Amino acid sequence: MAHVWGMILKRLALGVVTLFVVSILIFMATELLPGDFAQEILGQSATPETVKALREQLGLDQPLLTRYLSWLGDILRGDLGNSLANGNSVSELIGKRLGNTLYLALYAAAIAVPLSLTLGILAALYRNTFFDRFANAAALTSISFPEFFVAYILIFWLAGAGGIFPSMSNFRTDPTLSEFLYRAFLPALTLTLVVTAHMMRMTRAAIINLLASPYIEMARLKGMSPIRVIVKHALPNALAPIINVIALNLAYLITGVVVVEVVFVYPGLGQLMVDSVSARDMPVVQGVALVFAGAYVLLNLTADVLATLSNPRLVHGR
Amino acid sequence: MGFLTGLAWLVAIVIGVIAIGWTFRAFTVAISPKPLAKELRTAPLTASFGMVIILIYIIVAIFAPAIAPFSETEIVGREYEPWDDTFLLGTDNLGRDMLSRLIYAARNTVGIAFITTALAFILGSVAGLLAATVGGWIDQLLSRAVDVLMAIPALIFALLLLTIVGTSIINMILVIALIDSTRVFRLARAVAMNIVVMDYVEAAKLRGEGLWRLISREILPNALAPLVAEFGLRFCFVFLTISALSFLGLGIQPPTADWGSMVRDNATLMTFGDITPLLPAGAIALLTVCVNWVVDWQLHRASGLKE
Amino acid sequence: MSTDSKEVLLTMKDLRIEGRADEAWLEIVKGVDLTLHRGEVLGLIGESGAGKSTIGLAAMGFARDGCRISGGEIMFDGIDMRASSESELRSLRGRRIAYVAQSAAASFNPAHKLIDQYSEAPVQHGVMARSEAEGDATDLYRRMQLPNPDEIGFRYPHQVSGGQLQRAMTAMAMACRPDLIIFDEPTTALDVTTQIEVLAAIRNIVEQFNTAAIYITHDLAVVAQMADKIKVLLKGEEVEEADTPTMLSAPKEDYTKSLWAVRSHMREEQPPVRDSTPIVAVRNVTAGYGPIDVLKDVSFDIHQRRTVAVVGESGSGKSTTARVITGLLPPRRGEVLFNGEALPADYRKRSREQLRHAQMIYQMADTALNPKLRLRELIGRPAQMYLGLQGKQLEDRIRNLLDLIELEPDDYIDRLPSELSGGQKQRIGIARALAAEPQFIICDEVTSALDQLVAEGILKLLDKLQTEFDLAYMFITHDLATVRAIADEVVVMKEGMVVEQGPKSEMFQPPHDPYTELLLSSVPEMDPNWLTELLEKRAAAG
Repeated sequence: MAHVWGMILKRLALGVVTLFVVSILIFMATELLPGDFAQEILGQSATPETVKALREQLGLDQPLLTRYLSWLGDILRGDLGNSLANGNSVSELIGKRLGNTLYLALYAAAIAVPLSLTLGILAALYRNTFFDRFANAAALTSISFPEFFVAYILIFWLAGAGGIFPSMSNFRTDPTLSEFLYRAFLPALTLTLVVTAHMMRMTRAAIINLLASPYIEMARLKGMSPIRVIVKHALPNALAPIINVIALNLAYLITGVVVVEVVFVYPGLGQLMVDSVSARDMPVVQGVALVFAGAYVLLNLTADVLATLSNPRLVHGR
Repeated sequence: MGFLTGLAWLVAIVIGVIAIGWTFRAFTVAISPKPLAKELRTAPLTASFGMVIILIYIIVAIFAPAIAPFSETEIVGREYEPWDDTFLLGTDNLGRDMLSRLIYAARNTVGIAFITTALAFILGSVAGLLAATVGGWIDQLLSRAVDVLMAIPALIFALLLLTIVGTSIINMILVIALIDSTRVFRLARAVAMNIVVMDYVEAAKLRGEGLWRLISREILPNALAPLVAEFGLRFCFVFLTISALSFLGLGIQPPTADWGSMVRDNATLMTFGDITPLLPAGAIALLTVCVNWVVDWQLHRASGLKE
Repeated sequence: MSTDSKEVLLTMKDLRIEGRADEAWLEIVKGVDLTLHRGEVLGLIGESGAGKSTIGLAAMGFARDGCRISGGEIMFDGIDMRASSESELRSLRGRRIAYVAQSAAASFNPAHKLIDQYSEAPVQHGVMARSEAEGDATDLYRRMQLPNPDEIGFRYPHQVSGGQLQRAMTAMAMACRPDLIIFDEPTTALDVTTQIEVLAAIRNIVEQFNTAAIYITHDLAVVAQMADKIKVLLKGEEVEEADTPTMLSAPKEDYTKSLWAVRSHMREEQPPVRDSTPIVAVRNVTAGYGPIDVLKDVSFDIHQRRTVAVVGESGSGKSTTARVITGLLPPRRGEVLFNGEALPADYRKRSREQLRHAQMIYQMADTALNPKLRLRELIGRPAQMYLGLQGKQLEDRIRNLLDLIELEPDDYIDRLPSELSGGQKQRIGIARALAAEPQFIICDEVTSALDQLVAEGILKLLDKLQTEFDLAYMFITHDLATVRAIADEVVVMKEGMVVEQGPKSEMFQPPHDPYTELLLSSVPEMDPNWLTELLEKRAAAG
């Protein structure tokens, strides 16, 4: 058991290092902007004096390392700087919308994860039947659709004339739970359709990969029922890949919301990011990218740790 | 559109796919030489249908100027004209012919996605094969660099980089090719790693073969099949990313016709119950589905998995 | 083994099984008849592709994916298996007919403890309650002579050694006290010294419970110890069947006789060379991976026109020795001399000439030949590279090499490896080594993946080539029969050390080093009483 904790600690340390390197990458983004950052903010018409003043105000005259360390220090205190577009605090902008994005991702995950695991197991169980072929073709189709296509079709189908659900999720600041569930249903459904297909296919593949193993044949030769063979013998050994797929898709949910948020005018981080990219509002883009990257790294980290813990060879040493 | 109408459409589409797929397969099997015909016969109807559609897309893309009734950018009528005899699919938000733009977009969107994928592939697979074959610090360096690049989600990274370099077609191609090459690198390296441990590669090393020959004669020929299948998958991914960026207004810029931005520009029509904006979105979806179906067939064959 | 009761348990009549190849169904078992009485052990023997395992599984009413039982009749204790539904068959499997697989390590589910897997069949089939099954498991583990029978069940498969796992699997098969057990090559993956223990335990428990068994193997000497009667199969058809003593002493069919004769090939031993410089000399080599020394102070010489067999069980360091000689694994201490000169430790620092003179032939011809290259390039490349042959000269040399390995040049020169049989692939491996015109060839278990008749052909070819080209061989093997057949000198290795070395004639004569003795005595012999006598002898020795 001891060396498993060692492995996990190592993985955690690696996660911290990754976050650190990612922060450097994101910080360097400003440095790579062609031309002068202060000039960029003020526009071509600015006088050299005002540019110089702003440079000093932003600390651009300091050496690179000093600026990075103070930037990192600010972030750790929760200060992500101010938007170039409207001067608002980036932390506040993000804070307002982060919750919305997380709720939407959670909403979709709560439907997608159980649904896709069940479908994946059923497809593996009834492999090569009509159900399996149909589920596979449908899954492949829905993976291939751009999110905005799925979103518009759903709007057309469920929200258009005489529709049941609203096509805009532009709700007031504090919706009740039922109102949230109702208003965010279409975006959540869009995301669900996109990730369920992928997770289902991977779950099925992970299980079917194992079905050729001698120990699966052994279980069948012991007279075990097909369901028991899948659930008791294949599934525990397919956990690691399945956990990874779930993590990958949850990460995708958090970042993949960008397009969906734009379609449904959903007030989340994705919208904010897209608006800021068009406006080249670097501090906001950096802030949002940092949040997304952080969530992504954390999810992958959790998945790796869980996958390690699901492997009896690692947990129970020799 | 009611639920039942939707369902009816779905059934009609499924039947259409099956019919086209079956006809195409029967036709190509009949006219192909023997070994090819034998392979084609193993194609499921979905893959067969996929090949027909991909072929049509390629033809449309190549002969776009000959097929399109109007030019790509010319304003030929009022805004949002409905479907009629002159403008078969109406006009867009600026009064350009919708059908012509759809046809030209096949050229632009698919072409750009193809170039980007090819670029990502050359970069990623060369680096991946090299890392696996040489090993040591080159492998360590490349792999760690890719790990870091992959720690940022692809779309977010693309948005970040596009903020820096600004939105233009060339920038987008380079940014997406760079990001996507990390995924290709991972796969190429993993595939090559499995080959490098083979005895025949050891035998070649012990024979004193140079690096170039090791990669070109011993490793690449054996890595080609999975890499080609991956090319299809990566193409889908790149194609969808570019479409998403264009839809967000950050990808292919006007006045170039492009499916993603066409959806965005004409989305208003949707609120009036007009399905025209769904056509470019559908064009994207159809091509991706078809490529995926063909790739799925190829992957299935390559894995040799007789489930 | 006893055949007290003459009640018939299992009959197969005109059994036919088909396997899917591309589009068509191909018959792989072509009308086999079989009768098995209660408590009787039938040995099924044949080379790969004979259909042994397929028939064994058919006795459970089971066909692997991609196979189907297409004809004939299978009656088990009055039950028509082909007419039974899947759920009726399931209630027989594990309860009345059990299965022991070739690789226990792969056939135990890595996610569950041994005892959980033991109890599964009895509990699910409603034979025993869970607690009862666990007590029973301990009892059977004890009867299978497993160490710590009270505790071993609570381990995961990866925590138990291969030989012990195989015994635990036999215990698991016994859990419901079945009428019939199918043993599918249960000792093939084990070392000879471990094999003895497993064979003894299996024989013991089958006798105790008077269980009928079908024992599938390709090893005649093994089946001679286990079976009451033997059926010989070839390509899905029966060659002949007889009780064990008759089959061993008086086989009728030519094919059976040829199988029996395989082990007779024996090479004249060449006298040892004392004074000349050895082609290859391994001097006090210590080497390993990470912190572990796999080889400890290994030394031996290989002379021109001599074959040195390096023998040992898995993990003894045989293959690591080869890696040190070829330069893939630079040693920590010691060196390798070639014609008296020290070779650079790393192959990348060796000259082309040095590389040319030490060639290698691999165990698995499948992975040793690039599947995408044609034989022309596979064999031609070393000749082109080392000897600078081009065009017509190169073509002639390739043809000449194909002639040497007894393959018709016109027919084979443009084939891909996938268009060859296993034995032919191994011949290409030999041709590739010869193409470099070396002085020394390492043969790493070159015959262990091949059927006996094919292996015999390869050994004869190697022998012929040695005389023709004055080659020195280092022959890595775990099979003492191969050593007897081809070696001049023998090096016995155990846990990375050389425990004994000398000319073959001395090695096979006592007195031995104790480990060599154990190794030699563990090789099964064709005498049906061999195992019994050996166990008695060992018990007497204490």
